Amino acid sequence: MADFLIEIGLEEVPARMIAGAEAELGRRVSELLTRERLLAADAKIATFSTPRRLAVLASGVLEKQADTEEQLTGPSWKVAFKDGEPTPAAQAFAKKAGVAVAELKKVETPKGEYVGARVLRAGHTAEEILAAGLPKEVLAIYWAKNMYWRAGKPERFVRPVRWVAALMDASIVPLEIAGIAAGNVSRGHRVLHGEAPVTIASAAAYKETLRKAFVAVDAAERRQAIRKALDAATRTVAGARWREDEPLVETVVHLTEWPTVILGNFEPEYLALPEEVLVTVMRDHQKYFAVEDAQGNLAPHFLAVLNTVADQDGAAIIRHGNARVLRARFKDARFFWDVDQKTTLAERVESLKYVTFQKELGSYAWKTEQNLAVARALAATVTNLDVVFSEPALVKAVELAKTDLTTELVKEFTELQGVIGGLYARAQGLGERVALAIYEQYTPASMEDEIPVSVEGQLLGLADRIQTIVAMFGIGNAPTGSKDPFALRRAANAIVKILAESELPLTLSDVLNASGAEGANKTQVEAFLRERLQFYLKDARGFAYDVVNAVLAAGADDVRDAIARAEALTAARGSEDFLAVSAAFKRIKNILRQAEEKGFALGSPRSVKLASEAQRLADAAAVLAPQVAALREQRAYGEALGRIATLRPAVDAFFDKVMVLDSDATVRGAHLGLIDEVLRSFSTIADFSEIVAG
Amino acid sequence: MSAAQAAPHVKPTSLTFQDLLFRLQRFWAERGCVIQQPYDVEVGAGTMSPETFLRVLGPKPCRVGYAQPSRRPADGRYGENPNRLFKHTQFQLILKPPPVNVQEMYLESLEAMGIDLKHHDLKFEEDNWEWPAGGAWGVGWQVMLDGLEITQFTYFQQCGGLDLDPICAELTYGMERIAAFLQDVDSIYDIVWARDPETGAPTTYGEVRLAEELQLSVYNFEAAEVPRLWEHFNSYEAEAQALLAKAGAVLADEKASTVEKQRFPLLATYDLALKCSHLFNLLDARGAISVTERVGVIGRIRNLAVGVAKAYALQQEAS
Repeated sequence: MADFLIEIGLEEVPARMIAGAEAELGRRVSELLTRERLLAADAKIATFSTPRRLAVLASGVLEKQADTEEQLTGPSWKVAFKDGEPTPAAQAFAKKAGVAVAELKKVETPKGEYVGARVLRAGHTAEEILAAGLPKEVLAIYWAKNMYWRAGKPERFVRPVRWVAALMDASIVPLEIAGIAAGNVSRGHRVLHGEAPVTIASAAAYKETLRKAFVAVDAAERRQAIRKALDAATRTVAGARWREDEPLVETVVHLTEWPTVILGNFEPEYLALPEEVLVTVMRDHQKYFAVEDAQGNLAPHFLAVLNTVADQDGAAIIRHGNARVLRARFKDARFFWDVDQKTTLAERVESLKYVTFQKELGSYAWKTEQNLAVARALAATVTNLDVVFSEPALVKAVELAKTDLTTELVKEFTELQGVIGGLYARAQGLGERVALAIYEQYTPASMEDEIPVSVEGQLLGLADRIQTIVAMFGIGNAPTGSKDPFALRRAANAIVKILAESELPLTLSDVLNASGAEGANKTQVEAFLRERLQFYLKDARGFAYDVVNAVLAAGADDVRDAIARAEALTAARGSEDFLAVSAAFKRIKNILRQAEEKGFALGSPRSVKLASEAQRLADAAAVLAPQVAALREQRAYGEALGRIATLRPAVDAFFDKVMVLDSDATVRGAHLGLIDEVLRSFSTIADFSEIVAG
Repeated sequence: MSAAQAAPHVKPTSLTFQDLLFRLQRFWAERGCVIQQPYDVEVGAGTMSPETFLRVLGPKPCRVGYAQPSRRPADGRYGENPNRLFKHTQFQLILKPPPVNVQEMYLESLEAMGIDLKHHDLKFEEDNWEWPAGGAWGVGWQVMLDGLEITQFTYFQQCGGLDLDPICAELTYGMERIAAFLQDVDSIYDIVWARDPETGAPTTYGEVRLAEELQLSVYNFEAAEVPRLWEHFNSYEAEAQALLAKAGAVLADEKASTVEKQRFPLLATYDLALKCSHLFNLLDARGAISVTERVGVIGRIRNLAVGVAKAYALQQEAS
């Protein structure tokens, strides 16, 4: 058994793509070796990556495939041998199988006697298999954006491949990728190691060899080093903490081969700028971590993750350089802030006419008008339901919501749209409700994000998104497959999330009705929202798929009610009685379907004298049905499901003793009527027949 | 892993703005590049010079570098913003096909400007580039030196709507940024452009260029006459379109001689397209182009640029 190493040397790969590609390469190597019977039972696959390389180390690779024996069947014996002499058919088969005619044997099959040949296939070496199969696996890695680099355009990849190292223990595997023959030579850190070749003595020595060349090839190790270095640098400021930022940590992990951290400072006067602006500049534009003081307020420091280790002079130069860039950016932001204040949001409404929302639909002035109509309709609905909020504040917020698109600061920091509008509204004294609603209009931006805290913000967010979805569906821009260029799924997810996590007494159809959608457009959006609700329950809330299906079959309009039912059903699903009742409901559905197919009519269970087991079920159902209905009304779903589970003995006995499809039409009709009533009475919380046992 | 806190003096470079350019030009000249003078028609970026836009087309290898003043009327700030300019200097380099060690060569060029990489933090961060009006795009990086973007490094994939084969590497150095960084000045206008060899007296960037930034900002934002700009635009476009129509006929004509094809003034046609592009930028700075018009006008420029590129490719095949 041997260790196999493959390292693809690249020019700097975009940070956002590295983790996925590293995993994919590991999977492809593992699958190739498994498919080719080259992995030992206890084999291990380790993957590595830096901006300049993707690597896989497979430990426990067999040197050679096991030889195999194959039994081939040819023409029938009668055709192959005439009077004991081989015919051309026999000769052709022997040739194809690679054996002498004399070695052909008679085999008995159910269809008669045939000619057989046993063929020994010698296993290939791992080197042969890898040399032949691995290059196309590497070149098949998925990249969000590819490029050509060689003349004649023979292949595309994320960036040019510059070297390949492929080793089976200490010997080079002779493979070629993108015109580059594999060797045993890698490259070290561009600056700390320089251009001298890094020879890898054996596959197993990969990680340690590269470490000596100032490359930490294990991303997890760099992640840990970066976190520790951030802690250490922050400790130099008393009471300070760095702002946790998982995505930023991931980015810098994939931007560095040998990470270190420096702490730099900026002038405290810039703390007068809104924190959102400062953090955006640091995080999104400079990839710096923000630092806060013991009270959680932003402190005038930043943390930069370097791809080098600097000496004292170097550290001073690098700190100074980074601080200089940051200062210039803050200065710009302050300039934009000051310029923007010269024109109030109210004065900007007019210019929304010149900002396109969507070519086929209209400008943001149009969009604002539409949003206003939807928001007013939503406001009317919730006002009737006693929700406390300020309608004038909502209207003002909707009117001004998009005006920050015309500000310099949003043009510079597009990711801060909404936030900037909210900050300006506050600075311009438009009132906290208006400011907050504008500020929060784009939240939640993702499933992990929080919903707006203000009712005005929630309503603005709902109105803006449903208007966009309905209008976009109307002009044929509905998402298809993996294509969703207008992020309409995200918009619908946010609608579901707001309804789920706020206290707004609104259903999906309330929201859809407020949009004024009609006809086919409305039906389409309705189905789309339902699909998003299903996604939310399954993927965001983690309910089992059968629970989700069962719950949505009994109603998919009231989001919070669906969640409550799904919770109760998930809890009830653990009980054996409940599962037995669910199974019985599935049986009832099947019987009713059969009956319908055969044209059997449903009768009344009260029209004949029922067998005692049937009467017991009818009695039990009659007692339980009003109780369950009352509990459903009070949304005491857990208790309702518990009561339904008590039907089990009656149901079991019924199916045990009673022939449902009795030959007597009246009795049969009565039985069918009975189980139909049972099904209807107890399927209002969920369609239990969807529940899958186990 | 955190660095020590002692702060030795950060020494600014003694190299002037023009020294840096000289060094860069010499460095690349020594690596086989033709050092061209900047193009003498207004462009928004070094890419738009025919030395890039047209030479990247077709199979013929090419290595060229030049310092291109790039005009972006809307970016003007009357000389009041220390970091933003109407006209900045791009040192533009085309390597076609790109050598396998193009990144290493690039790093050496930084060393040639006196940047000791051992004392800096350098990263290649994804940044893809496109110029829709030129039908051009590529993938690459912004090169970050101590958090400052100093170069745009692009592998051109398409230009003038044509697939490139071979592709080329385009390096664009932002000279003002690099100079301000190395000289450690907070305002572009404080950059030392040149220094008197005898007295050591500096001539600053501000002395050389501030008046131009101010006056051109006034022109671009206030004085330029919109109807006249449109007239110019329409007039240049009409002439370019007429030439393109003729080019199509001549270059597709099997009976036309090679000489006839070669002497067709496509390069002049391209100049007309550049004029249109600059006029568009002026109109844009004047706020004279509505959102609805915008896409259409960009489309008109694209027609010219792509038309020239296609005809140019045919013309090259004919020679």
